[in-house]
Amino acid sequence: MFETILSKFVYVLTSSINNGMPVLFGATGEILTEKSGHLNLGIPGVMAVGGISGVIAAFFYGQVPDMNPVLTILIPMLACLLGSLVMGLIYCFLTVTLRANQNVTGLALTTFGIGIGNFFGASIIKITHVDIPSVRIDATSKLFKATLPFASKLGWFGEIFLSYRFLVYLGLIIAFIASFILFRTRLGLHLRAVGENPATADAAGINVNKYKYFATCIGSMIAGLGGFFYCIDKNGWSNDTIEPLGWIAIALVIFAIWKPHMAVVGAILFGLLLNLYDLIPALGLNIKFPQGYDKLFKMIPYIVTIVVLIITSARKKREYQPPSHLGLSYFREDR
Amino acid sequence: MEHIPALELKNITKKFGSIVANNNVSLSAEKGEILAILGENGSGKTTLMNMISGIYFPDSGQIFINGKEVVISSPKDAFDNGVGMIHQHFKLVDVLTAAENIVLGLDGRFNLKSAVKEVASIAGKYGFDIDPLKKIYEMSVSEKQTVEIIKVLYRNADILILDEPTAVLTPQETDKLFDVLRRMKDEGKTIIIITHKLHEVLSLSDRVAVLRKGEYICTIKTSEANESVLTEAMVGKKISLNIERAEPKDPVDRLIVQDLLCLNREGTPVLQDVSFTARSGEILGIAGIAGSGQRELLEAIAGLQHISSGEITYIDPKTDKHENLRDKTPVQIRQLGVRLSFVPEDRLGMGLVGNMDIVDNMMLRSYGKGKSVFLKRKEPRDLANEIISSLEVVTPSASTPVRRLSGGNVQKVLVGREIASTPTVLMAAYPVRGLDINSSYMIYNLLNQQKSNGVAVIFVGEDLDVLVELCDRIMIIGSGRIAGIVDGRTSTKEQIGLLMTKNVKTHTEKGTEDVSQ
Repeated sequence: MFETILSKFVYVLTSSINNGMPVLFGATGEILTEKSGHLNLGIPGVMAVGGISGVIAAFFYGQVPDMNPVLTILIPMLACLLGSLVMGLIYCFLTVTLRANQNVTGLALTTFGIGIGNFFGASIIKITHVDIPSVRIDATSKLFKATLPFASKLGWFGEIFLSYRFLVYLGLIIAFIASFILFRTRLGLHLRAVGENPATADAAGINVNKYKYFATCIGSMIAGLGGFFYCIDKNGWSNDTIEPLGWIAIALVIFAIWKPHMAVVGAILFGLLLNLYDLIPALGLNIKFPQGYDKLFKMIPYIVTIVVLIITSARKKREYQPPSHLGLSYFREDR
Repeated sequence: MEHIPALELKNITKKFGSIVANNNVSLSAEKGEILAILGENGSGKTTLMNMISGIYFPDSGQIFINGKEVVISSPKDAFDNGVGMIHQHFKLVDVLTAAENIVLGLDGRFNLKSAVKEVASIAGKYGFDIDPLKKIYEMSVSEKQTVEIIKVLYRNADILILDEPTAVLTPQETDKLFDVLRRMKDEGKTIIIITHKLHEVLSLSDRVAVLRKGEYICTIKTSEANESVLTEAMVGKKISLNIERAEPKDPVDRLIVQDLLCLNREGTPVLQDVSFTARSGEILGIAGIAGSGQRELLEAIAGLQHISSGEITYIDPKTDKHENLRDKTPVQIRQLGVRLSFVPEDRLGMGLVGNMDIVDNMMLRSYGKGKSVFLKRKEPRDLANEIISSLEVVTPSASTPVRRLSGGNVQKVLVGREIASTPTVLMAAYPVRGLDINSSYMIYNLLNQQKSNGVAVIFVGEDLDVLVELCDRIMIIGSGRIAGIVDGRTSTKEQIGLLMTKNVKTHTEKGTEDVSQ
């Protein structure tokens, strides 16, 4: 009895961690961006571009007869980082240098990024001559999904801690490093100051725009990895699947009260909720839902997001509030 | 040996677009002296100092520090050259601690613990009272200022620039600050203080440099100066600095406030047990630290603030009828003749719409008049022109957006509109905030005029000197409670200053005071 409960728990936990990972990447990236005072609502678009860039690279490198395993990993990763970096730079140039409205720019970037993803996704679909609107990169994703061979031999310990593909560890490490930098180093102190009060940071001799650019671009690259992670997970690209994850990632930032290590917890929870419907049979629960009820389950993450928004808005502690200069542009000689 | 000043500016010019903020300004400050920079609003004092501290970059001119020419293109350059500035609006990050704010922007190893220790030792040396681990948002204004000062001392600044440091302090806090500044001067530091309060200049500084309209006028030794000499240099002409205070003409009760209680959104009281009477033909001053409930009080009278309990009774001068304002909407209250002119810090908050011109702003009060669906623009236009000519509003035309006018002119438009409707109660909050001497006196005269017309004037002010000179009675409010009502003719500002801090236990700027006594 205990054995089966344990194994079910292990299964739910590991699959939740896997499913929550794209959202974690997105949220970590967005937290870094928001800490610099920039609300990047373009995250869904950035994730889409990151995903499609990686998929395209993987797809074309996948046509090469004998694939080098190292390059198979590196090329799509670099393509994904590059694609999302370009998105980050566009956002930065518009909002930091030209001081455009952040909300409008972000939303435009989301529309733009999703459009790019769907367009190139559809183009590759044409090349592959398949009818379903998705691109498959099975060979590449198999390599990305490789796990430690001895993990399964270590029982539940190995299952819970060692059974993941390397991108999962990467996502967790990035989140914890981001937390460490933000709250334990001078770099993080400066970045937080920039987001809270850029005029103060400026007067203290901090190069505000440099911090904004770096935080936003690095944040975009991290978020882009989330899009790519999702594509790997699904063995390829399919249209219009990444956008909802992007919005959940932005909601997760609020759930995590702008702390990446809190986002890890939230991401696992969201990972669970995102796949609740699929988990029911796997858990051996014999509940039959009429057709179409899966859609109801798909609503749950969003409902939780709304609840979380209500709770976090009601919390009055200053430390739980967003960076106070979030969404506002800064110009030193503004009078 | 040739004499070398600690700081010397030569022919500094700075333009913002077509506006010349500083034109060919040259001045110098010595080691171990306190130099006051005096000037009206818009005379370029702050701009000039911002160029020394690296916020702005001069269009032309040279800066010398200890005889060496330096280029200060960023605040970091300023620190490297030993220049530190304490800005009027504090440059502090609210959610960080004092120590974190102090080390902000520095390089090198990140060690908060040793920073905390050093902050404590600086505080001990100059006699500051500070907890380095306290968050800024939990601090009072004077504590925040202390953090700012320690911040520049921590960076080993030898030249300290303070931009209107006393604007937000009580008289007692000001005295404490001045003691610290004198101690720093004795340590050999150069202190430059920007202010427009003449008596502070006279009591603190060694020399005074006067700026007018972006130009350097002169430097006077403080020992050879007096108020009228300084004013003349500052304004360019002789003006009378006396506010007339006529005896109230047969005052009758006009507005009676009883046991007023107002809660903020969190459910804590912002006003508690507030009772007072405003009489016709009298100016009732309200003094208090910013955010002590002045705004809420005026808004409660104007019908804009929810009242939890208490009565506000208005006595109609014609019919002698007692009306309870609590049951009335803001529009009804306004029709009774109760007028509110509120000038928040951003000047264009309540009352005027920045993007609309003067005529349209006049119509904000009269849009409900008339029966036609179309607006009548003639009357408001006449009113606008009348205000422009009678109050000497400097504006290209009546159709200029209000936001383009300078602060004094904005204020004249607002007050002008409110008094044009012949009010019976006129409430003015911070009407001279940010105004220069000339405009301020014009506003005082307007208030006095209303008083002699039999209007009950309620005046919320910041400058205690003015309150003591202008008001017939002064009500002191602290943390939402009345700390006392004193006679304006017999009270001193020290007495008022003491009352201002009576109720305050912990004070924060945004009005989240702890009201327990």
